[in-house]
Amino acid sequence: MGALAPTHLQDCYQCGKCTAGCPVAARMDFAPNQLIRLLQLDNSDAALRASAIWECVSCQTCSARCPKSVDCAGVMDVLREFSLDKDKGEVKAAKSQHAVIAFQKAFLDNIRRNGRLAEMELIGLYKADVAWHTGRIGVLFKDAGLAPQLSKRKKLHLLPTKAKDRGVVERIFERCSARRSAHCLGPEKK
Amino acid sequence: MNIGYYPGCALHGSSNDYEQSLRACLGALDVQLQEVKDWICCGATAAHSLNHKLSLALPARNLALAERDGHKELFAPCPLCSMQLLKVQKAIAGNGLRGELAQIVEADLRGDGRVLNLIQIFQNIGLDRLKAAVKTPLTEITAACYYGCLLTRPPDVAHFDDFEQPTSMEAVVAATGAKTVEWSYKTECCGAGMTMANEDTVLDLAYKILSNAAAHGANCLVVACPMCHVNLDMKQEAVNRRYGKKLGMVVYYLSDLVGLAMEISAEQLGIDRHFVTKA
Repeated sequence: MGALAPTHLQDCYQCGKCTAGCPVAARMDFAPNQLIRLLQLDNSDAALRASAIWECVSCQTCSARCPKSVDCAGVMDVLREFSLDKDKGEVKAAKSQHAVIAFQKAFLDNIRRNGRLAEMELIGLYKADVAWHTGRIGVLFKDAGLAPQLSKRKKLHLLPTKAKDRGVVERIFERCSARRSAHCLGPEKK
Repeated sequence: MNIGYYPGCALHGSSNDYEQSLRACLGALDVQLQEVKDWICCGATAAHSLNHKLSLALPARNLALAERDGHKELFAPCPLCSMQLLKVQKAIAGNGLRGELAQIVEADLRGDGRVLNLIQIFQNIGLDRLKAAVKTPLTEITAACYYGCLLTRPPDVAHFDDFEQPTSMEAVVAATGAKTVEWSYKTECCGAGMTMANEDTVLDLAYKILSNAAAHGANCLVVACPMCHVNLDMKQEAVNRRYGKKLGMVVYYLSDLVGLAMEISAEQLGIDRHFVTKA
């Protein structure tokens, strides 16, 4: 895991500046510096299972402020991606974070089909997924009151414009679906 | 002046008021936006969270299309789109990924164009020219300039302004005759794309930003990002409900203020389509 991260994890000396500036650290089971520590200790299993990696809002504050240039936000991306891989038949990503994961997956599926985001379709399919998998039927009606308000403001598009060349979009997705190669993650700093 | 324009999905979706504002404001300053032909989504947070390679390939396709259209400068008004485009340029320059990416996206790719955010567009036009175009100085406005995350971070990709204490937006707002405040949350995160999937995070962060701006004497916020606008404007009623407040903070796009100072109407700029319309 450490070798695949786009940064040199052993440079981290646990000053905690990443966590001090993280806007969502209080919601995390492992704070950003603790996640880095887990990886330093080669306990990637705990890091991959952490709900923290899905609480992260990718604001980049941790990476920007790190005195040792550890790209903590980049590490979060790597952890999220790897946590969804099947390892001996098991996906490690935290079950409690189903909503965030479902949203990101629905987003990618959406642009794979349309080339550009179709917002209403995304919202519909995302909500159906969450309701189906969590039994939280209420999610279907949450924010329903916003629809007429968006419509009044001409912000609701039932038939959005799609990209014309959706064939190339599909081929790009296809070519990127193979497990990423190490060099695509950036060179390990020595 | 013609400039390449990558609107991104938000500006053709529920943030189309931002595009309306840009076209009205920049058109009056003789900047014509030439939309990249058949652009595709940059992949946004979903791509960089789930598939690193895809998060480079999707914006690489757009860079290639912009280059094919002959654009040496590419305006990306959404800071996330802009950041993804800049990351591709960095990957091409640093990691020798040009060939592989060009193959994946089926187009030549140089990566030598200049990707610009909205503040840089105004800097290119020139603050003196902006000042000269002002017809009614916005003396009633005291703005909290809100940069959010990706205009300045990560600094080794954005290469724009000071990432802790940026001041470039204040300079543009000052050109309109409006006042600006010093405040604490100008580069804090609003929760970005978590609006649907993790609403609590967005409401908590938006509340901190909106109330801090008010506490420092601002009567409005100014943004240059569609997601910031969604979370601070559209979600403001939900923030009020959660915290039992009536914040009433108008959230302008930066182009709204420049447009208003040039006496372009609120309707032409799309300000009447925001959720919070009165201070």
